[in-house]
Amino acid sequence: MSIADITAQASVAAGARQEIAGPYGPKPRRMISRRNVFLYGTLFVMAVYYLLPLYVMIVTSLKGMPEIRLGNIFSPPLEITFEPWVKAWSTACTGLNCDGLSRGFWNSVRITVPSVLLSIAIASVNGYALANWRFKGADTFFIILIVGAFIPYQVMIYPIVIILREIGLYGSLSGLVIVHSIFGMPILTLLFRNYFASMPEELFRAARVDGAGFWGIFLRIMLPMSLPIFVVAIILQVTGIWNDFLFGVVYTRPDTYPMTVQLNNIVNSVQGVKEYNVNMAATILTGLVPLIVYFISGKLFVRGIAAGAVKG
Amino acid sequence: MTAANDTSVSIQDLSLNFGAVTVLETLNLDVADGEFIVLLGPSGCGKSTLLNCIAGLLDVSEGRIFIKGKNVTWEEPKDRGIGMVFQSYALYPQMTVEKNLSFGLRVAGTPKEEIAKRIARAAEILQIEPLLQRKPAALSGGQRQRVAIGRALVRDVDVFLFDEPLSNLDAKLRAELRVEIKLLHRKLQNTMIYVTHDQIEAMTLADRIAVMKGGVIQQLDAPQTIYNRPVNRFVAGFLGSPAMNFIDGRLEDAAGGWRFAAEDIKIPLGTYDFAKPPAPGPVTFGIRPEHVSLNSGTGWPFSIAANVEVVEPMGSDTLVWLKLAQQNFSVRVTSERTPKNDEAVTLGFDPMRASLFDTATGTRI
Repeated sequence: MSIADITAQASVAAGARQEIAGPYGPKPRRMISRRNVFLYGTLFVMAVYYLLPLYVMIVTSLKGMPEIRLGNIFSPPLEITFEPWVKAWSTACTGLNCDGLSRGFWNSVRITVPSVLLSIAIASVNGYALANWRFKGADTFFIILIVGAFIPYQVMIYPIVIILREIGLYGSLSGLVIVHSIFGMPILTLLFRNYFASMPEELFRAARVDGAGFWGIFLRIMLPMSLPIFVVAIILQVTGIWNDFLFGVVYTRPDTYPMTVQLNNIVNSVQGVKEYNVNMAATILTGLVPLIVYFISGKLFVRGIAAGAVKG
Repeated sequence: MTAANDTSVSIQDLSLNFGAVTVLETLNLDVADGEFIVLLGPSGCGKSTLLNCIAGLLDVSEGRIFIKGKNVTWEEPKDRGIGMVFQSYALYPQMTVEKNLSFGLRVAGTPKEEIAKRIARAAEILQIEPLLQRKPAALSGGQRQRVAIGRALVRDVDVFLFDEPLSNLDAKLRAELRVEIKLLHRKLQNTMIYVTHDQIEAMTLADRIAVMKGGVIQQLDAPQTIYNRPVNRFVAGFLGSPAMNFIDGRLEDAAGGWRFAAEDIKIPLGTYDFAKPPAPGPVTFGIRPEHVSLNSGTGWPFSIAANVEVVEPMGSDTLVWLKLAQQNFSVRVTSERTPKNDEAVTLGFDPMRASLFDTATGTRI
C-alpha cells in the first residue's frame, strides 16, 4: 500500500467517523466516571476533614469573646479583631510571667537552631563515615545506633535528668540542646547513611585516587551533592524539636520553657475565663514555624525522602 | 628484593580474601614500562578487584605491589603515581569540566599557573577545549569518558588504570574511543592496565593480555599467541567470536602417527605442535571456524563429509553450522561461497591450526 493510499483512507475515515463503526483516534475520557468521582470525592472529604479545624481556629481567633459566646463556631466573625493575637503574643499570663508567647518563641528559637545545626552536622559525618569508610565494627556501631531509635524516650528521661544535673546543665537551654541532638542521632544517621550509600561508589574512589582525604571528599564532593537530604534532615529536626513538649517541660525551668510548654500553660490555665480566641491564636502562632518550613521546602522534602529510600 | 628497572608495575604473590571468599589467589604479574596490559575475563573473575588493589582502593590480604620500583603496598592511592578511569566516568557532577580536571591538582596544592598549563595540554590532547566550562550533565557519554581520561592525564601519572572504560558507550562510540585510547598510548608511552570483558577491546589494544578466571591468571601472552595457542580450554572458548569448535574424542597412536578420533571421524595430527608428549586418552579437539575450509578440494591429508544444517549470513562473511560426531560445528566462509541448507560438503583444515586439550583437566596438549 502506498503512502497516498494510506492518507486517502485516513481522510475518509476522519470525514465519515459517524458512519464507520468502531473506535478511531484517542479513546474518549468521560469527566464524570466512577473512578473520578471516587478519587476526587475521597480527596475532597479528606481535605475538608483536615481543613475544617484549621478554619474554626482561624475564625475563632478573630472573634471577640461576646461573639464566641453566641456559640456559632462555624460562622465567620461579624467584627474582625486582632486583639486575641496581640494578647497571645505579648500579654497572656503563664504562671508569674505575663509577657505572652513571645518569651517561649525566643526560647524555642534558641533551642531549635543550635540543636538542628549540631545534630545534622554530626549525623551527616556519621552517615558519610558509615556509608563510605568501612571501618572495623561499623556494622555493630550502626546496629547500636538503630536500636537507639526504638527505645521509648520515657525510659531515658530520669537517667538523663541525673546526668544533666551531674554535669551542671540541668534546666539550661544548652542541656536541652544536647538532649535533642542525641535523640535525633539514630534517625538522622540512618537517613544520611542511606543517602550517601546511594551515591555511585566510583565517585568516591575517583576522589580518593585524586588524593582527597576523609574531610576533603566529604566537604568538596559529597556535601555539594546532598542538598535534598539536608533539607529533609532540617525539616525533620525543626518540626520535631519545635513541636517537642516532653523534653521541654522536663529539662527546662519556667523562664526557659519552649513555646509548646508555654502554650500548654496558657491554654490549660484553670483560673479565670477561658479565652478561646486567645487560645486559638496562641496555638496557630506556635504551629506557624513548622508550617512555614513545610511550605517553603515541600518539594525538596519529597525529593530527598525518595532519594534516601532507594538503597537501604 | 626490588623489581627490575624496566618493570613499571610488579605484583608479587598477591592474595585477597573477603572473609572466606578468595577473590585473588597468589597472583604474580610484571608489567613492563610503557606496556599496554589488558586484564580480560568474565564478570566475577577478579580483574576489577586486581585493578583496585593496584590502585590502592582495596587492601590486599597477602603479597606486595611495586610501582616504578617502589613498594606501594601500604601507600594511599594518591601516592602511587596512578590515574584511574572508571566505567561510570565518575565525574564530579557539581563541578565544571575544568574543575573536574583540576581537582586532584588543587587537592595537592599545585600552583595555579601549573594547573592551567596541564589542563591546556590535556584538553588539547583529548580535544575537549570547547567543553571546559560545561558541567558533566551537559556532555555526551564519549565526551564524559574523554574528560575522565583527562583527569588521569593532568596528574602526570606513571600508570594509567582503566576499569571497563568503554562498557557504558554504544557500539559505534566504543570503536571510536578504542582507537583513541590506542593513539593516546602511542603518544604518551605510559604504562596502561586496562580491564575489560570485551575480547575485541583486548585483542585490539593489548601488548599482552592476561586472561583471568576465578582470581587466577590463566594465560599471559601477546594477543595473537593467546588466540592461536590457548593454554587451556577456558581461554580457547573465551576468546573468539564465533567461538572455537570443540569435539570430544580420543587421542590415538595409529600406524600413520598420532590421530584424533571421535566416532567415525579420524583426523591425523601430522603437523600438530604438541605442547607436551602425547599419550592416548580422552581429549577435546578445538579449531576456530575461520581455520576450516569448505569444499576446498584435496589439499588436506584428510577430508570430512558433513551436511549443512543452518546458514547464518553475517554480512562480511557467513557462518555455516554442521554436525560432526553429533556435536555442533561451525565454519566461517566468505559470502560468495555460501552453501545451501542440507547441502553435502567436505571439510578440511591444517592440524597445525588446531588445539588439543586434555578432556579431564582442560590443559593444552
